[in-house]
Amino acid sequence: MTGVEGYMYPNEMELQWSILIVLYPFITGLVAGAFILASLERVFLVEAVKPIYRLALLTALAFLIDAPLPLQLHLGHPERSPEMYLTPHPTSAMAMFGYVYLWYLMVVLVFEIWLDYRKDIVIFAQTTKGLKGLIYKFLTMGSYNISPRALAIDNKIGWIITLIGIPSAFFLHGYVGFIFGSIKANPWWSSPLMPVVFIFSAMVSGIAAVMLIYMATCKLRKVAIDVRCVDTIAMYMFYIFIIDFALEMLDLIHRIYESDESFRSLNFMVHTQLYIPHIVIQICLGTVTPLVILFILQVSGKKFAEKVRLRLCTISGALAMIGIFAMRWNVVIGGQLFSKSFLGFTTYKVALVTKEGLIVAVALALLPFLFLWILIKFLPPWEESHHTPAAGD
Amino acid sequence: MNIFKDSGHLFKFAACFVIGFLIYLGLRGFVVPKTFGQYGHYRGSALKDIAAKPIKYAGHQVCEDCHTDQATAKSAGKHVTVNCEACHGALAAHANDPTSVIPVKPDPLVLCARCHTATAAKPKDFPQVNIDEHSGGAPCTMCHTNPHSPAMGAAPAAGGAK
Ligand code: HEC
Ligand code: HEC
Ligand code: HEC
Ligand code: HEC
Repeated sequence: MTGVEGYMYPNEMELQWSILIVLYPFITGLVAGAFILASLERVFLVEAVKPIYRLALLTALAFLIDAPLPLQLHLGHPERSPEMYLTPHPTSAMAMFGYVYLWYLMVVLVFEIWLDYRKDIVIFAQTTKGLKGLIYKFLTMGSYNISPRALAIDNKIGWIITLIGIPSAFFLHGYVGFIFGSIKANPWWSSPLMPVVFIFSAMVSGIAAVMLIYMATCKLRKVAIDVRCVDTIAMYMFYIFIIDFALEMLDLIHRIYESDESFRSLNFMVHTQLYIPHIVIQICLGTVTPLVILFILQVSGKKFAEKVRLRLCTISGALAMIGIFAMRWNVVIGGQLFSKSFLGFTTYKVALVTKEGLIVAVALALLPFLFLWILIKFLPPWEESHHTPAAGD
Repeated sequence: MNIFKDSGHLFKFAACFVIGFLIYLGLRGFVVPKTFGQYGHYRGSALKDIAAKPIKYAGHQVCEDCHTDQATAKSAGKHVTVNCEACHGALAAHANDPTSVIPVKPDPLVLCARCHTATAAKPKDFPQVNIDEHSGGAPCTMCHTNPHSPAMGAAPAAGGAK
């Protein structure tokens, strides 16, 4: 076996969880983060982020549809996955996750998006012809009532759903962290802080993703970017990033101070194999650098020109996403590189064209954008299209 | 009354959930095996199905009744702890009917390498060799003449080679 150093148990030599399992928590994290950002406008009444409210919801939905695909591909028997629903296993965290996923998909996202778009759907259903019109008609569920009273009720219910959605989003992603955190055989994972760290890093990455997507869509549509909105998003990203960073450092310091029997092995790993992804990419490039940029943006007020501010936001958003991806990588891959004997290490090399190779991973990472594009085509999230129904494009 | 008029669509949406749930229940009743959960989180009748499968392994005591030569050879060497069928494969069919089911002799190069190829994962005190360097493609039984007692014939106290 190549790449094994020291003493490994036979089942540890080859990594079981590949890059697809890195992608999975990254994508669910984007879902949770995008939803939290949307809830800022809805529940916390942050007016400034209104332009991205619907975009954030659609982004969350697009990524949520994509989220189980890496798992399906990794496990390789998609036809068996419904059994998780048909024969629920209450003491298996992974099995119950199916229900969390379904709850989040149907009750939170689909319902909330439907409520929010109902008026548009009804208008589109009345004005669009052909297959597209049929789909809209189906989406109205035969109810064309968009009287102010009905819409007011929708609004109220939507608010409640968002309120339920926030803990659900925490649950969705906290759960992924919980699964890692509860693996007591693995000292790199086993930590009650894991779910909390996952949630906050999820919020950072989701917020950054929506911010970048928003700016990109503005560029593509050739409309002006709402700088106030981006500034506000950057501010929230900064605050949440600080919490995330503090938690991650707490975890790190705690490990160093505690120095339990696994410490020497993990420490060695962080200084050798994981040095680039963990210290350089995750901490220096992906956390400290964007934090410093965001900090400068916060304290400098509006001293920079708008253009510069947008640039800086773009850079920090992109770096934050790289950093959070690296964090997922270091958790998932890092946790499998050392031996439980603490006497050996193995290596992981991403394959290119296998079932769990790089090409598949990149495709799965791009797929949500296709979903998003389709969703946007059907349910345009832009302000100006609220009242003027788009002629069937 | 009015409330119902203006929130009718919500009830329709809720109805979809209820219908979905009913379909789920119906499907569950239909596809989940009757004995599922009888003993645990699996199909209870699976135990009966498994028990009904033909037995494939005879167990070493059975082999030793007939093949006393190999049994004595094995009990004298380091392979004493290795079961006959670990090397020869499941042979219940042969033990039941030795004249019509005749097992093929295992190919030593493949068989011995399965256990003795050196890897980092094996405990240091387990005898392991780098197959290519060690035998150079020659069948292991050329030198370790008796697979049932693998120490080199001339040097019974061998094995200390580290
Ligand atoms: C009832 C007595 C009996 C039992 C039990 C039995 N064998 Fe045999 N075995 C024979 C006989 C007899 C032959 C020779 C068949 C022939 O060559 O016609 C034979 C042949 C073999 C051969 C092939 C020998 C060759 O020269 O090709 C192997 C290997 C073997 N037995 C292994 C086993 C193993 C392993 C078991 C235990 C699972 C076992 N036997 C159980 C009687 C038995
Ligand atoms: C370490 C693996 C191993 C174990 C354990 C083992 N055998 Fe064998 N046995 C072999 C190999 C390899 C051959 C083929 C030798 C050859 O090709 O000359 C063989 C050959 C035989 C033969 C054919 C006659 C001969 O000696 O060549 C019989 C019979 C046999 N084994 C029976 C048994 C029985 C019975 C046991 C259990 C007591 C047993 N073996 C355990 C590897 C094993
Ligand atoms: C050219 C003769 C030869 C061949 C072929 C051969 N060996 Fe050996 N083998 C030896 C000698 C000599 C020793 C050392 C003497 C001893 O300790 O018994 C040995 C020792 C061993 C040991 C014990 C090593 C230790 O650390 O205790 C193992 C295991 C072994 N051989 C397996 C194999 C296997 C598997 C094959 C077939 C791939 C094989 N041998 C083929 C000659 C050979
Ligand atoms: C099912 C696994 C298995 C297979 C197959 C197997 N062996 Fe072994 N072998 C063992 C075990 C277990 C020991 C004893 C190790 C110990 O006592 O620490 C051993 C010990 C040995 C030794 C050391 C003997 C000594 O006196 O130190 C040699 C040499 C050896 N085997 C050669 C072979 C050869 C040659 C074959 C192929 C015919 C073979 N083994 C097939 C498991 C296996």
